[in-house]
Amino acid sequence: MAVDAVVAKSTLPVNSSKTIHVTVNGVARASTVDARTLLVSYLREHLTLTGTHIGCDTGHCGACTVLVDGKAVKSCMMLAVQTDGCEVRTVEGLEMAGKLHPVQEGFTKEHGLQCGYCTPGMMMTSVALLAKNPNPTEDEIRRGISGNLCRCTGYVNIVKAVQYAAKQMAAAPPGGP
Amino acid sequence: MYPPSFEYYAPTTVEEAIGLLQQHEGEAKILAGGQSLVAMMKLRLVQPAALIDINRIPNLSYIREDDKFLRIGATARTNDLADSELIRRRYPILADAGGEIADPIVRNRGTVGGNVSHGDPGNDLPACMMALGAEYEVRGAKGARTVPARQFYQDTFVTALGPAEMLTEIRVPKPGPGTGNAYSKMERKVGDFATAAVAVQVVVNPTGAIQTAGIGLTNVGATAIYAAAASEFLKGKSGTDADLAKTAELARDASQPGVDNRGSVDFKKDMVRVWTRRTLRRALDRAKGGK
Amino acid sequence: MATPELGGIGKSVQRKEDARFIRGKGNYVDDVQLPGMLFLDLARSPYPHAKILAIRKEKTLATPGVLAVITGKDLEAAKLSWMPTLMSDTQMVLPTDTVMFHGQEVAGVVATDRYAAADGVAALEVDYEPLPAVIDPFKALAPGAPVIRTDKKDKKDNHIWHWEVGDKAATESALQGSDVVVREKLYIPRIHVSSIETCGCVAQVDAMGKLTVWMTTQAPHAIRTVFALVSGLPEQKIRIISPDIGGGFGGKVPVYPGYVIAVVAALTTGHPVKWVEDRTGNLISDSFARDYHIEAEIGASKDGHVTALRVKTLADHGYTDAAANPSKFPAGLFHIITGSYPFKAAFVEVDAAYTNKPPGGIAYRCSFRVTEAAFAIERLMDNLARQLHLDPAEFRLKNFIPPEAFPFPSVLGWTYDSGNYAGALRKAMEIIHYADLRKEQAEKRKRGELMGIGISSFTEIVGAGPSKTFDILGIKMFDSAEIRIHPTGKVLARFGTKSQGQAHETTYAQILAEELGIPVDYISVEEGDTDTAPYGLGTYASRSTPTAGAAAAIACRKIREKAAKIAAHLLEVSPDDIEWKDYKFQVKGVPGKSKTMADVAFAAYTNHPQGMEAGLEAVDYYDPPNMTFPFGSYIAVVDVDKETGQVHTRRFVAVDDCGTIINPMIVDGQIHGGLTMGFAPAMLEEIPYDADGNNRASSFLEYLLPTAVETPKWETAKTTTPSPHHPLGAKGVGESATVGAPAAFVNAVLDALEPYGISNIDIPLTPYKVWQAIHAKDPK
Repeated sequence: MAVDAVVAKSTLPVNSSKTIHVTVNGVARASTVDARTLLVSYLREHLTLTGTHIGCDTGHCGACTVLVDGKAVKSCMMLAVQTDGCEVRTVEGLEMAGKLHPVQEGFTKEHGLQCGYCTPGMMMTSVALLAKNPNPTEDEIRRGISGNLCRCTGYVNIVKAVQYAAKQMAAAPPGGP
Repeated sequence: MYPPSFEYYAPTTVEEAIGLLQQHEGEAKILAGGQSLVAMMKLRLVQPAALIDINRIPNLSYIREDDKFLRIGATARTNDLADSELIRRRYPILADAGGEIADPIVRNRGTVGGNVSHGDPGNDLPACMMALGAEYEVRGAKGARTVPARQFYQDTFVTALGPAEMLTEIRVPKPGPGTGNAYSKMERKVGDFATAAVAVQVVVNPTGAIQTAGIGLTNVGATAIYAAAASEFLKGKSGTDADLAKTAELARDASQPGVDNRGSVDFKKDMVRVWTRRTLRRALDRAKGGK
Repeated sequence: MATPELGGIGKSVQRKEDARFIRGKGNYVDDVQLPGMLFLDLARSPYPHAKILAIRKEKTLATPGVLAVITGKDLEAAKLSWMPTLMSDTQMVLPTDTVMFHGQEVAGVVATDRYAAADGVAALEVDYEPLPAVIDPFKALAPGAPVIRTDKKDKKDNHIWHWEVGDKAATESALQGSDVVVREKLYIPRIHVSSIETCGCVAQVDAMGKLTVWMTTQAPHAIRTVFALVSGLPEQKIRIISPDIGGGFGGKVPVYPGYVIAVVAALTTGHPVKWVEDRTGNLISDSFARDYHIEAEIGASKDGHVTALRVKTLADHGYTDAAANPSKFPAGLFHIITGSYPFKAAFVEVDAAYTNKPPGGIAYRCSFRVTEAAFAIERLMDNLARQLHLDPAEFRLKNFIPPEAFPFPSVLGWTYDSGNYAGALRKAMEIIHYADLRKEQAEKRKRGELMGIGISSFTEIVGAGPSKTFDILGIKMFDSAEIRIHPTGKVLARFGTKSQGQAHETTYAQILAEELGIPVDYISVEEGDTDTAPYGLGTYASRSTPTAGAAAAIACRKIREKAAKIAAHLLEVSPDDIEWKDYKFQVKGVPGKSKTMADVAFAAYTNHPQGMEAGLEAVDYYDPPNMTFPFGSYIAVVDVDKETGQVHTRRFVAVDDCGTIINPMIVDGQIHGGLTMGFAPAMLEEIPYDADGNNRASSFLEYLLPTAVETPKWETAKTTTPSPHHPLGAKGVGESATVGAPAAFVNAVLDALEPYGISNIDIPLTPYKVWQAIHAKDPK
């Protein structure tokens, strides 16, 4: 099998690149990125933190949710250059010293995930939600996670997972940024 | 789906930002929350030569009240509205809308300034600002000017904002006694633009008569719509069911919706009617001290 | 170290796969990064039907980072511009002269990174001459309609196939003899699975000419065979790896052009090539389901017993039939449409039409048209009950196939394995307090408030399938398990299926634990790598537990047979004196004398009887004797805002019966997800096309996946009626809720609208449609 496609000479893209200083999961990074590099591409491709996923490209699904300075944001709707000087936390930064974050524990104990693809974004949203509202009602949880789509679970067990984490955190608040 | 290349600037003063806008002669775009702009760039619906990121301009994200106005800085986040005690207590319409825009994650980035200046008829805050009689501070090379919200919107994505101007502040007149306001959004699901949404502010005098009313409509026309005849009609009325029904019909007649997946023109017009009536009732209840 | 819990059948064991997913360490296709990897992006047609006059590559090739542009003409030279579908039809990889639908792939652009590839796509210039598009399948079949598949010699119309089953004359006369007959036209629109992970692959060719493709596929083995047949590459030089899959729901069964173009690009450039489609590409070209125009009628005697059913259906397949149905059943298992009732006569006919749309009728958490069938019968049962002035629950209870009638031969040719339909409905009625709800409804009606209660008592058909009737492109629909027990009593098990979130690593391990007496923690399950896993048809249509799950049990039993001999050798008794009891080999009548499977495993490599082969392993290719027939009864309670048409689901109770349950927690999770994918098309999702043929839902702004706010709070319960023919008594469960739920919602809304006398609203029941229906009856 062979295909006679036209193969052009490789030329590098023109960059309007910037150097940024970002603390990602507690690690200080200095990186040069193209201005148009999305935060999600920076995390996934430059830093190989592939736990943050891309699901919809238009800011609807929330699979790419990470925390920037503690706030949940959709990393495919933000440029990497915009995080210069910021603290970014991804799913890879939830487990501390071999101990799972209560939200991670809740998701597995309550069967809050199936295919696992929306899970990192869903967990990051949950972490931010509980930081703002440590004892949410079911309705507040459902509204709080409404920027994240899950196609597998029907959300019932995600709600339970967040409730589980809320309980654990009330008993012993987790460390971390 | 990835955006095309552009030059990126992160000015630290408004003057610097305006200078960059001038320098790029209409080819640059202001990047505030980016929740619409970045998506449009990824879809390659817009391809600005430069982005001017105003998020690093200090003191531009305030929400505060002085003796005349509620002042909202351009980069205040839409979630800040719903989270603000001041807003919840004194401007519940903005807390209503602040809890309905897009979804909670988008609201962490999306800005009040972006929402009101983008010119998308689906954005929720323009109708609120029309109802509230708000004005926008717009700054350009020649200094600052103010534009009333009711005169700001010209066509879809076309506003009174000049190519080298930037919206810097939203000013909402402070509510006097007897003021009640509310926003109702009918949406197919969280994250959707409104099928129809209605913003209402009423001021009721001590005798129970409606002194002034402002009614704004979202996503039922080329721009947000100020329902002037409906607002005018309510003046001096006591707010009976019949008053509200008539006002709702006038608001319906002011709407000019198009057909899309959300429904037909007739349906959307009828929804303007229904939600105007319901939202008026909520606003009147609030004017009387209700939630 | 203490021995871990066994974790056998019936235990809610924590999922093994979660350990990586909750840490962000899943390994999805887009996570595969290889040195020198290039990126493929696709240019797509803005027209639903057009001649390609020219594709000008210059600007794209001049775009920084772009290395190659691949067009249909390039592929044609290698005889790769067309490929077969799983239904023995043909589809384009890339068009050489005509595009057939809005969004069709027109060219591939290969670049050094994704951004550059996207730039190259934006720069590509294609000249089109628009052609009239045929969008409505009825018009497509009308005389004089433009012929879409002009590539097919002698094709003079847009008719694909006609299929029918049942006794036409007997049905006609039974309907004529019925006291009451209801008819309804039901359109089930085009919908899209929209797994949160889109489709993609990484193709790599090594120095030995071996092609490895990491691919979002639910059926890696079948894909390898198809690739071998299409490309001419020897099959042992093709390796398909299906890593973690971010949701499938049937959308990752077909072969999409992007996969093939990526392979071609890898062969052409000598570099690994990654293709990951964006959401718009996914929503305008991949794997649509339904698009079924059903005209159904059922009859009953005046005392309320069903008599006969007749259905005429038109299936809109888009420009090619690329479904994944068994080859004998082009309309899938649609003839399960007699449902939970003992119809004495039935006749079903289906015609399929080509239109200028992407391939349709494929899958949405149900690939074999079972949802269409269950929806139609459960909708008509409600209409018939109304016609007879009977309560819909009472009417169903009067008509259900009784438990003692199983195995039940349906009039359209199935043999239902087991069921207790009344048991499930009664349980649902108790949980939801059905009688109280009816009282509340009566009071509300007096006040003009609209409240509705809807029932759906569906019968599913899953586990394809017996090789005598089931094959895809000739490959029989068995599935497989290969089990090896290591000397220390630890297990590696491999399967021909592929989990996409169903937790096979856990569920299969539980079957093995139960059958071998080895704790789940000591069992590793692997799937998805065609170089290591045994051949199987993959995971879709709720077939994994009925087929591969059965293979697991049988393979374990084969191991136990040999192990018993080794145990006898170790215990120095005759094999006849050994019995498998309490997860151990025991000397009959001497409970103290026993050996565990771990003891036996060690001996199998260190001290096996002379003359016996060493090792302890088995393979089973399981050919099920019959399908399994899960069932359930769902009840929805809704409130309708009569001014706005908005529907609020107040409660939804789902009672499911999937036979023996292996992991109750996981089964409940499957039901929750299935219900949500039943709710979504009933209330929100649709891929609409405008009259010109443009897709009007090309992003998640318009394709409305439900969030946690819209999704009802599901209440679930079970009854258990084991399958008599499955070695574990299990049936499939993944799709039951998607099959059963939609009718419950529609029945509930129509019940709420009863005062207006509305017999149907087509799904999705958007506020607009409900408002329209009410306004047509009450225009004020």
